[in-house]
Amino acid sequence: MLINDTRYRSYTFQFVALLLLVLAFGYLGSNLLDNLQAAGLNISYQFLGEPAGYDINQKLIPYTSQSSHWQAALVGVLNTLLVAFLGCLMATVIGVVVGVLRLSNNWLVRQLMSVYVEIFRNVPVLIWILIIMAVFIAVLPQPRDFRGDDAEASMVLGAFAFTGRGFYMPAPILGAGAGFVIAVFVASVAGIFAFKNYAKKSLYDRGKLIPTFWPSLAILFVPTILVYFLLGRPITLDYPALQGFNFQGGIFMRNSLISLWFALSIYTAAFIAENVRAGILAVSQGQTEAAASLGLRPRRIMNLVILPQALRVIIPPLISQYLNLTKNSSLAIAVGYMDLTGTLGGITLNQTGRAIEAIFLLMLFYLTISLAISAIMNVYNNSVKLKER
Amino acid sequence: MSDTHAQSVAFVRDTMLPEQPPPVTEAGAIKWVRENLFRGWFNTILTIVSLYIIFKIVSGAYPWFANGIWNTSSLAECREMLDGMTGACFSVLTERWNQLLFGFTYPPEAYWRPTLAFVLLIVALVPVLYPKAPRNMLAFTAIYPFLAYWLIWGGTLLIPLMVLVGFAAGYFAFKQFERQSFAMGMLAGFAATVVVIWVGGTIPAALPDVLALEAVRSRDLGGFMLNMILGTVCVSLSLPFGILLALGRQSSMPIIKWICVVFIEFIRGVPLITLLFVANVVLAYFFPPGSNIDLVLRVIIMITAFASAYIAEVIRGGLAALPRGQYEAANSLGLDYAQSMRLIILPQALKISIPGIVNVAVGLFKDTTLVAIISMFDLVGMIRGPILASTEWNGVYWELWGFAVFVFFIVCFTISKYSQWLERQLATDHR
Amino acid sequence: MNRIVILGAMTAAGLSAGVASAATLDDVKARGTLNCGVTTGLVGFAAPNANGEWEGFDVGVCRAVAAAVLGDPTAVEFVPTTGKTRFTALASGEIDLLARNTTWTFSRDVDLGFEFVGINYYDGQGFMIPKELGVSSAKELDGATVCIQTGTTTELNLADYFRKNNISYEPVPIETNAEAQPLYLEGACDVYTTDASGLAATRAAFENPGDHVVLPEIISKEPLGPLVRHGDNEWGDIARWTLNALIAAEELGVTSANIDELASGTNSPEINRLLGTEGTLGEMLGLDADWAVRAIKAGGNYGELFEKNIGENTPIGLARGLNAQWTEGGLLYSPPFR
Repeated sequence: MLINDTRYRSYTFQFVALLLLVLAFGYLGSNLLDNLQAAGLNISYQFLGEPAGYDINQKLIPYTSQSSHWQAALVGVLNTLLVAFLGCLMATVIGVVVGVLRLSNNWLVRQLMSVYVEIFRNVPVLIWILIIMAVFIAVLPQPRDFRGDDAEASMVLGAFAFTGRGFYMPAPILGAGAGFVIAVFVASVAGIFAFKNYAKKSLYDRGKLIPTFWPSLAILFVPTILVYFLLGRPITLDYPALQGFNFQGGIFMRNSLISLWFALSIYTAAFIAENVRAGILAVSQGQTEAAASLGLRPRRIMNLVILPQALRVIIPPLISQYLNLTKNSSLAIAVGYMDLTGTLGGITLNQTGRAIEAIFLLMLFYLTISLAISAIMNVYNNSVKLKER
Repeated sequence: MSDTHAQSVAFVRDTMLPEQPPPVTEAGAIKWVRENLFRGWFNTILTIVSLYIIFKIVSGAYPWFANGIWNTSSLAECREMLDGMTGACFSVLTERWNQLLFGFTYPPEAYWRPTLAFVLLIVALVPVLYPKAPRNMLAFTAIYPFLAYWLIWGGTLLIPLMVLVGFAAGYFAFKQFERQSFAMGMLAGFAATVVVIWVGGTIPAALPDVLALEAVRSRDLGGFMLNMILGTVCVSLSLPFGILLALGRQSSMPIIKWICVVFIEFIRGVPLITLLFVANVVLAYFFPPGSNIDLVLRVIIMITAFASAYIAEVIRGGLAALPRGQYEAANSLGLDYAQSMRLIILPQALKISIPGIVNVAVGLFKDTTLVAIISMFDLVGMIRGPILASTEWNGVYWELWGFAVFVFFIVCFTISKYSQWLERQLATDHR
Repeated sequence: MNRIVILGAMTAAGLSAGVASAATLDDVKARGTLNCGVTTGLVGFAAPNANGEWEGFDVGVCRAVAAAVLGDPTAVEFVPTTGKTRFTALASGEIDLLARNTTWTFSRDVDLGFEFVGINYYDGQGFMIPKELGVSSAKELDGATVCIQTGTTTELNLADYFRKNNISYEPVPIETNAEAQPLYLEGACDVYTTDASGLAATRAAFENPGDHVVLPEIISKEPLGPLVRHGDNEWGDIARWTLNALIAAEELGVTSANIDELASGTNSPEINRLLGTEGTLGEMLGLDADWAVRAIKAGGNYGELFEKNIGENTPIGLARGLNAQWTEGGLLYSPPFR
């Protein structure tokens, strides 16, 4: 028998496996065809080109109810990417702070941070999303509470309104010459890097330590503010104002976006904090002692010795946390945030009844993102591998 | 004795000083406080901020808990009893307790069944979780799944019994043929199981009332019970699949390897919610026409597939972490693939993987709440659907969500603490 | 450990599923229960009561069909479906009949491949808004935040209506009626829009129904009716004529109170044909002679179902309006039983 002959055994196994796979797929496929035929359906992507017919509240590109389902999906993709980007940013900041504070020599802070990490890690993120949404619904005032002379709620600083429907804040209006101000600002940022480089060079070449913090701050603000006033204040703010049912004007961040964003951030941050802590602990104690014996101050030990080494350990799990966050953002549908799962996998699917096609495209999108992030991670892993000694 | 010396002798101590206690600031509680709370201005600020936060939380939450009302039947009544005071209406929990735990369609007179199944689950898990527990308890663990199925779903005991007999037959057939080769054993075991279940399957159909409990349909399951069922069933089902996938991915046979890689990467690349959508709206199209696989079962299939991929990756990590020498040693002893895996590689690899597997299990258990999105009434689904929308309890957010947080925290925290304990127990390497 | 449970369950399911057959009627008879898709809970139309029993207007249709086919109005398994799952559930055979206030539209009938067997409620989309906002017409809703159930025709009508009137709005999509309630009551949206009957049912469940008004505009036609899969005409006929029997019974004055008396024979040939004392209508459907008697007995005729579940004496308090018999100025018009 082929199975007993070591020369052919592996071919036999693979052949059998392939055969089973083909049979399984054939079986499922024929079931699918039978079912579709019985129901008088077909597989077609034509619906993507047809008018969607529904409105989406948060859209980063122009979209009306006459746009196609394809454009609706695109709006969803951008919303997914937006919340994922914001979430990753905030989760990293919170996660790093909490991770470092968990190693603080302040006992109380250490305990508080481990309570935070344990509570948020051990409760489903869906519950956190719904809880933050409940804060919006039940705690924050609605726009109608801002109305009247003795209103129950009022705007913060006259510019920010925190309502149950979301946060309203002033939006910049770019007038003539605004481009120049922005250009100066960008140039200042570049200038800071140049200055830091110069400071480093001077430290290495001449052993002269130039303070960087205050000069950087000056470079960042002084020229921009100067130009801003010289050009006669070309950038003004558009303040939100109560008008009709809602606030109008300004930037509106919907409650769905904020609850999703905050919940994903604090949940993922609890995991990132653990990664950061593990990364810092992975740098051996000898490194700290060696740096201390060179006379470096604790902050410099952290910045110059520990963190660069810890990053190598932290970044791979960090990226996989980013991936998790992106995938968890599909829970948007629980609070009505119109991400891709809400548009393509939600309303489009419901309205056209094209379940198989819509879900296939949905999976394809997330799969692409995952593979892209994995590819980035591999590139990073290879690049840090070279530095190992 | 010279006089010069006599002058200075008064200044020379000739006895030991008695031991002094250290300064107050350098001992006991004060030292601890100084070192741990007020070391430097930055730490002092941190401490003060933390104390303020703790004070805020406690002063806010304490009256809410202390004034909690446990015995009203609607929010309006509860608000009336509170009479303007801050206080929680915990009565939503007492009034809807059964709904939160069992869902709203599980027959009330049968609540004892899932409760008993849950208690027995703990008994069944003891020998698995505590290596020191008596080994013969494992027999109960083997019987438990059938018992639990019977208790929760009801119907005649003969159905799970026949399946159990089928598996027992399969096991004996495997033992018979294992001497020849592992593959033969597996094949014989599988064949025996299928034949016995197929033949035996006619018996329960003929005698539907033997030892029958009231049958409960899958869609009547709900509440936290549904989370528990999905969690335990899917984790335990995904373990064997995960092991197979991990071995497949490590295999030297390219086709098998690629099948496993594609499956694992596909599942890991998409969010669970899309897989649940598949279970909800697509999977039914892939079953033969006329077959009626209910939603709970479809969800179990998809979550199991999801968990298997993650567990496979954890176990692959364990396999990769084993020193090369273990594989070579197994080969040089003349063991074949099945033997070397079963006797040498997997026991060690699984041991290394346990913390990772437990992490996946905790994550999966948390993810069972996602079924609320496809309108199944698990704990989260019950809260945001029937309970919050009911006229009596419209607007009771904190008590309900607090309860959900509490329940999940207790379960998940316990499991992760257990995993840390187990990790220490199993750390037998040289350190 | 527990894997064996599932394998067991799968095996059991595989055994009991048996050979697939094309005719839904045979399936239902063999199974002994009718699988009927309903909403996840809309008081008056389909919602479980305190004992977990389903009741409501749509539920009545399911029970009538079960009574006609199986002789037992309780032999129904109610499958709660959402806007998303209802069509797949029907297409994949998970349910035999969908009675979930579903609007009869061209594309659902033709493109999705379903067969609407009739209309059991003529509805239209309306708006509900808190009284304190002082809005009296939908045209004043410019800039309002509107809660809509996704996956329904209301979503599309809403977009069309606001576009046509050139006013803007902020849609808040929600999945089920239950989720909409807290959002609307806490003011996260100004307006809730759905079928007018649904609005009435939702408002009835509020603590202070009087604080909310339903605006006069009805912006769409929403003929709601039960539907079945395309291609099984026998089954479609049974569902269609059971519904017609309920409507005709009201027109002919047959009620659950006098049906036993009338079923023993009357002077009216039409009633006799309906109730099976004359002719062979039941046989033509593949049922027995007194199928319609059982269907009407299950919950009463159309009028009785209406009054009991959503009529003016219930908390929902809907007037008959368009849903009156054609003889009374409504649209209900059953084809003759002949």
